[in-house]
Amino acid sequence: MILDNTILWQFDVLLLPMVIICALAALTIKDLVGAAIVTGAYSFLMCLLWTEMLAVDVAFTEAAVGAGVSTILLLATALHIKRKAKD
Amino acid sequence: MDNVLTYIVSGYNYWAALILIMIGMYGMIAKNNLLKKVIGMSIFQSAIILFYISISYKSNASIPIIAHGHGVADHTAIDPNLYVNPLPHVLMLTAIVVGVATLGVALAVLQKIYRVHGTIEEDEILESIKE
Repeated sequence: MILDNTILWQFDVLLLPMVIICALAALTIKDLVGAAIVTGAYSFLMCLLWTEMLAVDVAFTEAAVGAGVSTILLLATALHIKRKAKD
Repeated sequence: MDNVLTYIVSGYNYWAALILIMIGMYGMIAKNNLLKKVIGMSIFQSAIILFYISISYKSNASIPIIAHGHGVADHTAIDPNLYVNPLPHVLMLTAIVVGVATLGVALAVLQKIYRVHGTIEEDEILESIKE
């Protein structure tokens, strides 16, 4: 079964700048709860990137563990501590 | 010259991985807030995973699952050019799980620091230690 995936690099070019923007936003947002949510969005975009690169096993592990569990852990910590960051 | 330019542009996945590694390292080094440092470490980890998954990719290949691979008596030989390389995928599955364990331990230590010092800003913690 040969997949004609000559179209997939366009998804790649679309997703990679979004991933970089999400990474920069997660580090610059001063509200820690917002930073945790943006980190979850970053993980989900990474999951899309790996589906597009035909690594489906890595993609669903990232969707469950990276975008799910990590976001919950970060959110729980951000809600326990003081919400505002200085930088 | 044209050849070199093609070589640089066609590796855009690796350039994105490099930029993400630099962003993660900037977060770990320059940020004052400890939670931001942990987020930077998380970005660094997934950038390295992106690098490895980019290695495993090949064009005009399928996902590494053999269609109708079970219950067939006359097995024919498998052409590896039709499937992307599954070995980096397996290594990076382990890396994702280890990354979440690292994140959990880091956040637990961070909450303990907050309970002792009342803040997670690095300079305020240093002042609190001096007193």
